Order: sequence, then C-alpha cells, then structure tokens
Amino acid sequence: MKIKGRAVALDDLDWRILRLLQENAKLTYTEIGNKLDVAHSTVYERIQRMEEHGIIKKYKAVVDVEKAGLQHITALITIHTEPKESEHIANRLSRFPEVLEVSSSFSEELVINAKVVAQDQAKLHSFIAQSIAPLPGVLRIRTSIITMKFKEETSSPFV
Amino acid sequence: MAVSPSRILRSVLREEAFYFFTSIGNYTGESAASLDEFLQKIKEVNIKSLEFHLYREDFEKWIAQTLGDAKLADDIKSLRNMKVVGNALRDRLYFTVSRRLKDLKGGLQTTK
Repeated sequence: MKIKGRAVALDDLDWRILRLLQENAKLTYTEIGNKLDVAHSTVYERIQRMEEHGIIKKYKAVVDVEKAGLQHITALITIHTEPKESEHIANRLSRFPEVLEVSSSFSEELVINAKVVAQDQAKLHSFIAQSIAPLPGVLRIRTSIITMKFKEETSSPFV
Repeated sequence: MAVSPSRILRSVLREEAFYFFTSIGNYTGESAASLDEFLQKIKEVNIKSLEFHLYREDFEKWIAQTLGDAKLADDIKSLRNMKVVGNALRDRLYFTVSRRLKDLKGGLQTTK
C-alpha cells in the first residue's frame, strides 16, 4: 500500500486480503497468510494500515432477522425535494436508526433514496408521516414495500 | 372542558400539521396546518387521499387530538360510518368541515 497525499494506492496483496475478508471477516491473520502464502505478520501489518486509512471501515455480522424471529418490513422510499434542501434532508434522514441507507440520484430530477425498516406497515407509515414528510423542503414521497428479496450482497465485485 | 374556538382555529407547528398521503408511505406533498387550510385541501387533494385517511380514521384523530375539536371529529366519524367514497366523499367532507368552520368563526366573533 502506497500513500500519495490523501490518495491510497493498494497493491495486489492488499486487494487479495480484502477479497478474503469480504467473504469472511472472521479469518485469522494466519489463515489469510496460509491462503496467500505470506507471513501472518505481513497480513497483520497490511490490515492494520487499511483499517487506519479507513479502507476497511468495519467488521460486522450480517443478521438474518427473519430467522432470528424478528417481524419487520423493508421499504424503499424516494423523496422528491427542493434542490437547495436536498443535502440537508439526506443528512437528517441519516440520523434515524430506522433508515439503513441514504443516497441521492438523478434521473429527471434530483431525488433522495432511502431504505427503511419498520415492524409493520402502520409503524412504517407513522415514521414517514411524522418524521420525513414534515422536513422542510420535502415535496413528495413515493414508497415501495419490499415483498421478496432475490439477492442481497454487501461485498463489492470490484474488490 | 370545551376547547375555545380560537384554539381550534389556530395554526399548528409544521410537525403537528396534517400530511396528505394516497397510500402507505406515499405523500402527496399537500399538508394543512390549520382547519382553514384543511378545508382548502379537501377541495384540492387527490380523492384517493381523502378515502385513504377517512377510513384509517386519520382525520378524526388529527382534528380531535391536535386541533382539539371533538365535535368535528364526531361529525367526520359519522361520515366514515356512512361509507361514502369518491366525489360524494369530497363534497360531504367539505360541507361538514365548512359548516363547523363557520360555527367556530361565529363563536369567535361573539366572544370578542
């Protein structure tokens, strides 16, 4: 890994370590070293540096909430906003624990997209009506409730 | 204790306003922060929105709990029980709210 100013350039070994960790973040330094035919101390050093530079943001468990017995629904919401309020609304949305993802996109106009979870439809509606609709600059909201997931991948194929 | 006409007719905070949706999570962009604005919106919003909120009892709850008008909330409840839909709903709701608004504004003048 080379650092030039604020940019970080990863080498082939860094990328190979990242690929393995994306698949299984519980692999030990020794296990990674054995798979890549390098010393575990090298793996340790590379991972430490990638953590320090924010390339590895965090390690987490991906929980199947249905198997865990939690009843919930997931919805994708599109929020049409006044352009000058767009970023402010996105930041406000990001603070709600019910909101899992927030992004902006542009097709015919700039919109904010958010993935929201709630225990049921009534709670989802209350959250949108009481916490999102009143935000200054919200013009209208479209909500789609996810009925079935066919794929859910958190790893990037470009790593 | 009866709520005064001036309190019922006040404008409420943005967070307490009524937000018109057409279905779960689908906000029309229309809202009302007072009974006067609410009446105006009855004429303007998509009919689906009126049906959605009437049969979820949202209008009654907002009018009773936020504005404090138990009388109008009861009148709207009666309308819900009549199972009116479409433009007939819009017309009846408009008539019910405008009649009450007129009474409240009349009461406001007599208390001045």
